[in-house]
Amino acid sequence: MSASPKSMDVAFVVNGTAVSEAVAPRTTLVDFLRQRLGLTGSHVGCEHGVCGACHVRVDGRVLRGCLFLAVQADGAEVQTIEGLSASGEIADLQEVFVRRNAMQCGFCTPGMLMIAAEVLARSEVPSRAAIRDALSGNYCRCTGYQSIVDAIEEVARARHGAAA
Amino acid sequence: MTQPQVGRAVPRADARRLVAGAGCYVDDISTPGALHVAFVRSTHAHAAILSIDTAAAALMPGVVRVVCATDLEGICKPMQVAMPALQMPTASAHFPLAVDEVCWHGAPVAAIVAHSRAQAEDAAEHVLVEYDELPAVVDAEQAVRPDSPRAVRGRNSNLALDRTFGIDNGAASFAAAATVVEQRIVFDRQTGVPLESRGIIASFSPFSRELAVHMSHQSPFQMREVFSDLLSLPNHKVRVSCPDVGGAFGLKLHAYPEEITVAAIAVLLGRTIRFQADRLESFLSDTHAREAVGVARLALDSAGRFLAIDVEVLSGLGAYQAYPRGSIGEGLHMAQMVGAPYQFDHFRARMRAVHQNKSPTGAYRGVGQPLACTLTETLVDRAARTIGEDPAELRRRNYLSIERSSRTTPAGLEMSAMSLHACLDTLLAMMHYEDLRREQQRLREQRIYRGIGMASFIELTGVGSAVYGANQVAVPAQEGCSIRLEPSGTVLCHSSATDQGQGVRTGVAQIVAQTLGIDAADVTVRAGDTASSPVGGGAWASRGIAIGGQAALLAAEELRGKILELGARILKAPAEQIDIADGALRCAATARTLSFAELANIAYFRQHQLPPGSCPELSATRHYVSQGFPYLTANGMVGCLVETDIETGMIEILRLCVVHDCGRVINPLLVDEQIRGGVVQGIGGVLYEHCEYSESGQLSNGTLADYLVPMAGELPDIEVAHVASAAAQTSLGAKGVGEAGTIGGGAALWNAVNDALAALGAAMEQQPFSPDRVLRALAEGARARNPAAATAAVHIDPVDA
Repeated sequence: MSASPKSMDVAFVVNGTAVSEAVAPRTTLVDFLRQRLGLTGSHVGCEHGVCGACHVRVDGRVLRGCLFLAVQADGAEVQTIEGLSASGEIADLQEVFVRRNAMQCGFCTPGMLMIAAEVLARSEVPSRAAIRDALSGNYCRCTGYQSIVDAIEEVARARHGAAA
Repeated sequence: MTQPQVGRAVPRADARRLVAGAGCYVDDISTPGALHVAFVRSTHAHAAILSIDTAAAALMPGVVRVVCATDLEGICKPMQVAMPALQMPTASAHFPLAVDEVCWHGAPVAAIVAHSRAQAEDAAEHVLVEYDELPAVVDAEQAVRPDSPRAVRGRNSNLALDRTFGIDNGAASFAAAATVVEQRIVFDRQTGVPLESRGIIASFSPFSRELAVHMSHQSPFQMREVFSDLLSLPNHKVRVSCPDVGGAFGLKLHAYPEEITVAAIAVLLGRTIRFQADRLESFLSDTHAREAVGVARLALDSAGRFLAIDVEVLSGLGAYQAYPRGSIGEGLHMAQMVGAPYQFDHFRARMRAVHQNKSPTGAYRGVGQPLACTLTETLVDRAARTIGEDPAELRRRNYLSIERSSRTTPAGLEMSAMSLHACLDTLLAMMHYEDLRREQQRLREQRIYRGIGMASFIELTGVGSAVYGANQVAVPAQEGCSIRLEPSGTVLCHSSATDQGQGVRTGVAQIVAQTLGIDAADVTVRAGDTASSPVGGGAWASRGIAIGGQAALLAAEELRGKILELGARILKAPAEQIDIADGALRCAATARTLSFAELANIAYFRQHQLPPGSCPELSATRHYVSQGFPYLTANGMVGCLVETDIETGMIEILRLCVVHDCGRVINPLLVDEQIRGGVVQGIGGVLYEHCEYSESGQLSNGTLADYLVPMAGELPDIEVAHVASAAAQTSLGAKGVGEAGTIGGGAALWNAVNDALAALGAAMEQQPFSPDRVLRALAEGARARNPAAATAAVHIDPVDA
């Protein structure tokens, strides 16, 4: 370990803003976002890639911020829940999450919304089973998932002009 | 006209922040200059500590201090659980950091204080602890034997408590009974797994000698007492605030050694110290729950009426009891609440709780009630099968007649009016029970094994002070609400009821809004800070709305009276002629109106317009506690349909229906969410969750990849219906709902699975029902039916297909 550099320079774009920093190579992307950039919407639930609370989007793909090092994001475009909120990309989804109370403690919610946005980008209205399958990498201890499935289904139908 | 606020599905104001990633949990709070803690933990289940060498760790980069137990002597007292009213034979006292003995895998031994968590973790690896391993006792049934090794050196016994409920087990009834059935159940250890781990930030000023704590907890006032007591600080010098809490479920009711250590280090160093558990240490150090063995016997007469129940419970506590509430609640509830929904004359239960070399156990959603419900309802189903009676009808015949009255049961439970029969009828209609039974028979011919299970459950909610107060545990049992009219004409409430996502604040806002004739959106509710909240319990025993809501109702009524009184003076009309609606006062006789904002403006800024000596008081503080009754009994019914794959042992839940009576429903959206979330935690226990320990006491599945929790793909949609019998004890009429689903959900699933397996002569008696256990039960069933084919375990013939 002593041979590894103390820090490395990384440059990437986070929610549209260029970031250039020196980071310890072992710093995970989610720790970097939270501790260096103050983007605390991405949460740390397990730090071993199971719970999905740290989901962030890197170059358009949702991945686990706890299994991805900040240095791996060099040159990439990173989007967090804060970015998705500011851009209005998931405003309809957030609205329905609020109305249907598709959360309780809210700790899993940003990660759920990241993966839900990906599901909703599909070309057709997903079945409830398909939504549940898509959420199978996101842990929620509070809700039992049903209200989350309901919310995603409602938004999918609305976006595709289908009856609710 | 303002629409009714109570009974409406009002979305939570907090939800807008949470969906934007703008929640603020402990770890989101920025504290420049704070120091971070990582713990060195015991690698053994039981060992003597011979030495701790911290020299190398202290020299690691960023390390400010390495703290061992000796460093905290004189700052911190041991955590002692005594409960004098229960006369426990073994007092449980331990220091937050191990002194000379570690008694469970993961027990904190030393704390590294460094400039970052990463540096603290790096240094923790360089602390050398020399252990002398001692015999570990892991299994509760072994621990209770007189010759067992002791979980903690110097104790006379591992027995923490041996308690009997009821005096008469109806030996004559058992002797004369037409039928006696016996049921044994085993619950493996579980843990709550809130997605946000435990966390704390503690700051101590050596100048003012004030301790300020942010922590992820359910009961800030309890923690203020704990810090005050253990750190010998006057309680007005301790402030505890709980920001957004990412799930709690009872697990965040305790005072953990780690949090006490962090606060003590803050005092030691006069600094801001923070700690956030990682997931691996959460599994090791969070309280576990549920570990118990229960055996119950039921005597029935020839008409299928219950005569007597006899119960034996053995509860595993871990090495020490959780501070300050103890760990015996699970076993006590489990023993005393067996048979709770039913009428019978004789009851006796014996509960023994034992120490073992495992993590301490503590409160987890339902505390013992899920176990009591499962033992009861599996016992009733066994009785139904034995006498050839439909399980729904056997329940109906034996329910307490308690629709309009209250009573004390032979077990000493004080039951208030409940709707047992109505919930059963509603459930059967909702499930299309008769059709399901016919379909079950039809599919059995195709060797498809479906099971139908149901469970009646009772939840003790809004518990008063008799439990902890009588045992000198400083846990507030009342809830309070401070309310004031703001100059804007809106209302600000401070509630003692805390919210970990249940939506209690929204419910309180609705109650206040309804009382004051305004919209819930115009009521702001704050909670969770001992500096501003009225003194109250926070969140335990499903009290937020039942008790906290009642306090809010009383406060709002008082404020309404004050608004009316002032309004009458300003409008120069008798108060009786003034109506309040839409945030304004109206006098029908004079057709004059006065908005709350205008009234508040006069009250706060233009008092010269009022007669002298009439300084308005547009605020009120009221408290409420269950008095004259120990708790409010809520009840309900869960029905479950499963299909069991007899080749793989997999269980699929096809339908899950809940009928619940929590009295007056304040917010149906949030009540249904509580029920669904609770049911899923019940399912988790039955199908997946298990803290697995090796024979030497090593926790072997302490990751979220290995400890299985219910995920979206395995779960059914859950249908929820309500029967609303308002609680007679309070003017609000609400009972608690937080733990209901967990209590009844698991029991219904047990019965459904065993209903499916009964056709194959098999039965489950230990949760979780992992596929290998299901297959083993099927093989045993096959052997029992056909001893000659004992080796052909995989070939299973149906009994009566």
